[in-house]
Amino acid sequence: MIALSDLVFRWPRQTSPCLDMPGFALAAGERVFLHGPSGSGKSTLLAVLGGVAVPERGRVELLGQDIVALAGHRRDAFRADHIGFIFQQFNLLPWLSARDNVLLPCTFSARRHGRAGDPPAEATRLLERLDLAESLWDKPAAELSVGQQQRVAAARALIGKPEILIADEPTSALDAERQQAFIDLLLTEAAAVGATLLFVSHDQRLAAHFDRVLSLADINRAAMGGEA
Amino acid sequence: MKAVLLLALKSAWARRLTLGIALIAIALASALLLAVERVRHDARQSFTQSISGVDLVVGARTGGVQLMLYAVFHSGSATSNIRWDSFEAIATHPAVAWAVPLSMGDSHRGHPVVGTHADFFAHFRYADGRPLAFATGAPFAEVFEAVLGSEVAQALGYRTGDRITLTHGMVELGPDHDDKPFTVVGVLAPTGTPVDRAVHVSLEAITAIHLDWAGGAPLPGLVIPAEHVQKFDLQPKEITAMLVGLKSRADVFRLQRHINGYRGEPLLAVMPGVALDELWRTLATVERTLFALSALVVLVGLAGLTATLLAGLNERRRELAILRALGASPQAIFLMLTVEGLLVTALGVLAGTALLAVGIVTLAPLAQAHFGVHLSLRPPSGNELALLMSILATGLLASLAPGWRAWRMALTDGLTPRN
Repeated sequence: MIALSDLVFRWPRQTSPCLDMPGFALAAGERVFLHGPSGSGKSTLLAVLGGVAVPERGRVELLGQDIVALAGHRRDAFRADHIGFIFQQFNLLPWLSARDNVLLPCTFSARRHGRAGDPPAEATRLLERLDLAESLWDKPAAELSVGQQQRVAAARALIGKPEILIADEPTSALDAERQQAFIDLLLTEAAAVGATLLFVSHDQRLAAHFDRVLSLADINRAAMGGEA
Repeated sequence: MKAVLLLALKSAWARRLTLGIALIAIALASALLLAVERVRHDARQSFTQSISGVDLVVGARTGGVQLMLYAVFHSGSATSNIRWDSFEAIATHPAVAWAVPLSMGDSHRGHPVVGTHADFFAHFRYADGRPLAFATGAPFAEVFEAVLGSEVAQALGYRTGDRITLTHGMVELGPDHDDKPFTVVGVLAPTGTPVDRAVHVSLEAITAIHLDWAGGAPLPGLVIPAEHVQKFDLQPKEITAMLVGLKSRADVFRLQRHINGYRGEPLLAVMPGVALDELWRTLATVERTLFALSALVVLVGLAGLTATLLAGLNERRRELAILRALGASPQAIFLMLTVEGLLVTALGVLAGTALLAVGIVTLAPLAQAHFGVHLSLRPPSGNELALLMSILATGLLASLAPGWRAWRMALTDGLTPRN
């Protein structure tokens, strides 16, 4: 489902690469915890996986398609069609309602729109499933609490059943007891839509319920530090 | 793409306060630029349409511009007069169809008094050849009768039948000719020309009120009552200027040369159109300066827009990264920012046009009263549309910078803003 090989990436104006990875792979439906302290190139790896950052060298195969070989707009379309993202916080467009935030992937991707069936109904279903009170659905995202925002972000990542879910420190803004609850929710939902989940965090305590745990230090040969 | 534009609109609406301020600045700047253009155009219009159908304006030898100023615009005064026999010589020249004498120097409550013949009302033309029309009454027939320009009548509240007295000189508090009052017998319809501001009396009346005067003051001990003036010869010895109409316009240069070389005294004949152009050219520097200044104001307004968009960009970095993650291309991000700037500019230009319309409606009477400039409410002219378009084009340029910066951010930020 996800296969990297011989990957080298550096940001513009950087002398040494911040990613230098011989390769790693995730099977379809696998739920993997990727551990890496901040500065180890986590965000960069996710940007490369999402096709937002283009490596100098190497293959990034998603669903059997090498996205590095795609033209820019095709990569953007591929990302919209097949990947759901959840970030640390400030995940949502603050001026859109919770429901409209959830619906965003369907406006960017006809495929996700189609797979969602009736998108507004699907958004409602996901919000209900993620236990967000109905009174909050039409509120601007900025008025929700951090925990509520993260659940809306999860619903947005899940709508239209993308094959790949990528979560970047999604629990760092949550307090301890809500962290595990959110992770469990994410694992369940990923399993429900049959998505491959790549969960990235510096906090190894969260790794418990995943199928597999990877450490970025083990798969990235590039020197640590220098990149936030 | 449509989805991105819709999001751009919603996002802009969320930042409506700051964008609104940029919009107001652009609206004010465009209104100013348009106003300068409109006033320039209308002032020129009022100016060049102030006289027509007159082939030559003749006065004592002086500058052509100066002659036009005192003979047509009642501004400034003649350094010397022309003799009556010169007037008669020119008026009877075979090429001349008609000639109307003008005699200036007195005033009524700040309004210039023009001594002339009743023919003046028949021969004078303005704009594209329109004759003078009487709102009420008729031309003067008796010595102590006056015809008022529309503005005089309106400003001072006169109607036909009212009695007025003239003042010697152009100062409001000069010595009065109060022993010889005039009766208002006619009020002219508005023309938008200096005629509106003048009091017209017969040439004989000018002589009559100065019978017992010498050197700008009443002669001590000499009083000639109004009822006795008819006993005197009221033919003037001198006039200030004259308007000449030709039988054939083809003769204009010949007659102009003839008058300029007149043996009896030094005279000057000018063609009004040529002199007005010359006069307008002397004002062109002011006009261009004003235009340049208001163009600068527009640039400042648009620079404000660029600054607003660029400043907002940092706060929106996260928003743009989210859109990227959702599948928006860097081009879409660029488009979003550029469209936002263009939209604010377009709305600003529209608001500016509306502002100008409101301004014209409220200020037109003032401009007419104080400067004699007739401002008209009308849809933008070709020139003005071109100006509006160039504001829009500059607005587009001003929006490219934030768009380009957002594009760069989109490429380097990845999925999370990097600092």
